[in-house]
Amino acid sequence: MSGQIFQYLVTGITVGSVYAMVAVGFNIIYNVTEIINFAQGEFVMLGGLIMVFLHVSLGLPLILAFPATVVLVTMVGVLLDRLAINPIRQPTVLSLIIATIAASILIKGTAMFIWGKDPFDLPAFSGRDPITLLGAVIQPQYFWVIGFLVLVVIVLTFFFDRTIIGKAMSACADNPDAASLVGINVKKMVLLSFALSAAIGAVAGITVTPISLMEYDRGAMLAIKGFGAAVLGGLGSFPGAVIGGLILGAIESLGAGLISSGYKDAFALIVLLFVLFFKPSGIFGNIEISRIKRF
Amino acid sequence: MLRIGKLPIGLFAGFILIFPWVAGKIPAIQNYTDIMVFVGIYCLITIGLGLLMGYAGQISVGHAAFYGIGAYVSAILTTRYGLNPWFCMFVAVLVTGMIAFLVGAPSLKLKGHYLAMATLAFGIIVFIIFNEETRWTGGPDGMSDIPGLSLFGFYFDTIEKYFFLVWGFVFVILIFTVNIIQSDAGRALRAIHTSEAAANSMGVNVPRFKILVFVYSAILASLAGSLYAHYLNFINPSTFDLFFSIKLLIMIALGGMYNIWGAVIGAGLITFLSNEWLHYFEEFEVIVYGAILLVVTIFLPHGLAGLPGMVKELFVRQKSNE
Repeated sequence: MSGQIFQYLVTGITVGSVYAMVAVGFNIIYNVTEIINFAQGEFVMLGGLIMVFLHVSLGLPLILAFPATVVLVTMVGVLLDRLAINPIRQPTVLSLIIATIAASILIKGTAMFIWGKDPFDLPAFSGRDPITLLGAVIQPQYFWVIGFLVLVVIVLTFFFDRTIIGKAMSACADNPDAASLVGINVKKMVLLSFALSAAIGAVAGITVTPISLMEYDRGAMLAIKGFGAAVLGGLGSFPGAVIGGLILGAIESLGAGLISSGYKDAFALIVLLFVLFFKPSGIFGNIEISRIKRF
Repeated sequence: MLRIGKLPIGLFAGFILIFPWVAGKIPAIQNYTDIMVFVGIYCLITIGLGLLMGYAGQISVGHAAFYGIGAYVSAILTTRYGLNPWFCMFVAVLVTGMIAFLVGAPSLKLKGHYLAMATLAFGIIVFIIFNEETRWTGGPDGMSDIPGLSLFGFYFDTIEKYFFLVWGFVFVILIFTVNIIQSDAGRALRAIHTSEAAANSMGVNVPRFKILVFVYSAILASLAGSLYAHYLNFINPSTFDLFFSIKLLIMIALGGMYNIWGAVIGAGLITFLSNEWLHYFEEFEVIVYGAILLVVTIFLPHGLAGLPGMVKELFVRQKSNE
């Protein structure tokens, strides 16, 4: 029994790492623009499917296909900002949210047009021979997913704390008017935030596809669970996103294993509703900040 | 949406009155009366949702759930307990109103757009429940043998009769909603729309009004769901999925959320698009919908109903330039 629970936890933390990466993507865009990007999950879906195309269909080696996929999805993120967000002349929070919803169904429809409705598999990065640990069966790919989450967190921390562009982005988050007064090009920072969060989404999609396969309509569910992770940790907080993602993944895995597998997708959403109702500031968030933010 | 003229509503009522007769005479559009029944059902939802978006400035991505709860409460109470359909419709409205209050109140008290995500999550949860609680809902297979509607021995058993029933509801709700907008509550809502902070400082209880509008819109969706269930006599979960919620948003964005006619125009256009005119695209119609939504958001923020105003403004600006 304890072995089984350990198994659920390991699986949950792996899936949770993906939610954490989606949540980090939400936070990057939210911090700079205060937009909740409904198309965030589509980046993950595209990451998985483009990787399948480059690595499996075209036969590019992993070491080339991985960065190429990230670059392509990043370009989709740039296009999203240029074609859907930037052209809105009098942006309101409402119109920006609707624009990201429109973009998400456009991306989903296009993916269905290109790849059809079947799920696709991707070879695991280092084989599929499972490791047995404390009675749990662990696939090597799990380590890749968790490892890339750690890498993303380290790189982003360095980026926001140590580089001038990262600091400029943080300044936009604090006060866009003041940021533009000191010469920061806010529009460029918005573009950069979409590019960055698309890239992280791509990494999540590439690493998780060997475990859970990938199909065109996975985006919406990944987005809402990633948002749940972001809210659980406190919207805007990066450590919060990581911890929120891991907790959410664990709850989902334990709930599906011990309570009901039919309600697997519902557990994370119920947690999201509870957090919104009882502690909307999340674990690491500050209620004052969530009130001051423009939305 | 400020005022609604007697002339447009009279003309529209005339159009609805003769519609089944005209459609019946022309073989090419004979099935349009049936489609118009659905337009009426969707109108009930979009009128409320348009009020929520245009006036309270909030977005719901879960109205398919309220629509579904209305349909399922009606279906379960009539088929399993043999209760009177009108009574069931009323119970459905009460249940949906309470659920909407529980879901909406916490997130509407917060600043910002938590409602969008809360309703999205809620919609998916309800969809899963429809599929999983097979004992009550019949699961993915759905429920059949839902009785039709009758009133004092008069059975709404043909498409034409049901058409007039549904559109009767639409006109009652349309006029009722316009009256709300022109009352004190409507003035408060308009104030909220213009500036939440200003409305607040003038003593308008902003969260309370937002919650009221949200609950009202959910109740209308529930009513539409009951009418849908009694019309088709069959329901299954796929009708109430996330994409239907998004389709409702597209209807409102396309028609225009700042004018009550926008809700009617949007519901009409999108319903005919998906039932008649987009057959060629089959399942790729989702790309068309995405494109419509994006183009409208960027170029027509006030929707089709705002088009005359935009043209007028352009004309005036050009004149003043001369």
